[in-house]
Amino acid sequence: MDNPLLREYLPILILLALAIGLGIVLILAAAIIAVRNPDPEKLSAYECGFNAFDDARMKFDVRFYLVSILFIIFDLEVAFLFPWAVAFGEISMMGFWSMMIFLSVLTVGFAYEWKKGALEWA
Amino acid sequence: MSGVDLPILLPEIILALYAMAALLIAVYGGKDKLAGVLTWTTAILFVALAGVVATRNGVGSIAYDGLFIDDAFARFAKVVILVSAAGVLIMGHDHAVRRGLGHFEYPILATLAVIGMMVMVSSGDLMTLYMGLELQSLALYVMTAIRRDNLKSTEAGLKYFVLGALSSGLLLYGASLVYGYAGTTLYSGILSTLGGEVPLGLLFGLVFVLAGMAFKVSAAPFHMWTPDVYEGAPTPVTAFLATAPKVAAMALIARVAQDAFGAIPGDWGQVLAAFAVVSMFWGAIAAIGQTDIKRLMAYSSIAHMGFALVGLASGTVGGVQAMLIYMAIYVTMNLGTFAFILSMERDGQPVTDIASLNMFSKTAPLKALALLVLLFSLAGVPPMLGFFGKYYVLKAAVDGGMVWLAIAGAVASVIGAYYYLRVVFFMYFGSQVAKLDSRMSSVQWVMLVAVAVIMLIGVVNLFGIEAPAMAAAEALLG
Repeated sequence: MDNPLLREYLPILILLALAIGLGIVLILAAAIIAVRNPDPEKLSAYECGFNAFDDARMKFDVRFYLVSILFIIFDLEVAFLFPWAVAFGEISMMGFWSMMIFLSVLTVGFAYEWKKGALEWA
Repeated sequence: MSGVDLPILLPEIILALYAMAALLIAVYGGKDKLAGVLTWTTAILFVALAGVVATRNGVGSIAYDGLFIDDAFARFAKVVILVSAAGVLIMGHDHAVRRGLGHFEYPILATLAVIGMMVMVSSGDLMTLYMGLELQSLALYVMTAIRRDNLKSTEAGLKYFVLGALSSGLLLYGASLVYGYAGTTLYSGILSTLGGEVPLGLLFGLVFVLAGMAFKVSAAPFHMWTPDVYEGAPTPVTAFLATAPKVAAMALIARVAQDAFGAIPGDWGQVLAAFAVVSMFWGAIAAIGQTDIKRLMAYSSIAHMGFALVGLASGTVGGVQAMLIYMAIYVTMNLGTFAFILSMERDGQPVTDIASLNMFSKTAPLKALALLVLLFSLAGVPPMLGFFGKYYVLKAAVDGGMVWLAIAGAVASVIGAYYYLRVVFFMYFGSQVAKLDSRMSSVQWVMLVAVAVIMLIGVVNLFGIEAPAMAAAEALLG
């Protein structure tokens, strides 16, 4: 262990040992001490409450769709906010207010959707 | 740069703020009970803004480094859009309430669509174009499907959405090609790169952009969505679809053709001429077999778009002027005709069957006479205003050296006259069947009679519309 080059990689070696060791321990623990209660449902694929392999033409609650649309909207909002926040020091007040206007327009839509009862799941 | 440019966008900003405020007030306040109030305030706001836009003077102002243009051309189109949208809103309200469609969202969606149209006609960049187009289209898709429990309305909404998305895709593909070859999306930038040999890729881009926009004006061969959507949509929405969006999209084609590709008029001129000929003939021939008046109006609008495109295809100042006059007359005629179609019902149920008009002149002579005037005007029979619209575009085609196009237009208008006259024949000489109720709201009655009167007395001087249309055309080409 005199070779300085090899010494530099010592942390990786430790990490490797830890990863393999922990992996083996977890697998063994699952095999030895876990409670076993087999059920075919546990092995089947889960697809948002629908049968994974079935006729695609079926009725489902339109609220699934609303929630997913809402997710996409706010997901995109975050995607816009990230570069804006990172470049915050270099953008002008124009950039700041543009984002504020964008966020308020989004909030108006959200307030409308909320009051309209689109988010009530009952 | 920003603060100085904001006043140029003032009408659009006011409308956007109004739409959001109205949405929140209505949803936290009286909900659908406010639909009537909102419809009228929206219409009044439209007319007031049309007044503001019309009295703006001076040469064009450019905002955001050329992204947004406010010139005489944009102003002319905006006034027509705002006034026609206001008219459609107030005349459709009574119909919508009685069919259980008095949702407060309806006038707000119309406002959003109108903002989109105003952005479209003021666009100075392919990105502004797309933004306006999508804002308009998304609002229109929802309006088409607003009768959610009706199979035909939802089908129409879905069909419109899918084909609208396809056309947006075509347009974006074309825009990407144009950007690739020109290196900019700014109209003025594209224009400055057009010198000497035009690269083939740029031509492909131009054709794709034009095809995408032809979808929006429902010009053949991209018209296939029109009859189904017109038939399936609730009648007030059909009336809206047939008026303001057509003006916006037609003005947009003129804007892109002249501002971005003005240096190569021969190239886009032949494409527009092809659209024009196919639309005029297909609109005239396919309408003959129709039994539903809304489908008939759909084919009628296809044919009318063909005529407006004749003006644009000539590529001259006179051609743009003719197109603007044609669109203003077309929108007015459609307002009157749809005011009548909205009132067609039997036993409290709306009917759109042409045969139900049999012997209508006996039931309600005045309304039948007003409709007769409108149908003659739509057909382009000489003493009415519709004839002058056709005269202007055909003259522009002749002046632009496209005599063959003018001849084709004249032939198509003769074919088209048949199906308008068939409706008139039913009204006056048909055989009596189940009677049509002639119940009509006062707004619809005023609209129908006023438009019929305009069609007759407008002959005197076209209400002085020629001069502003000329100024608009010169602003675009100058």
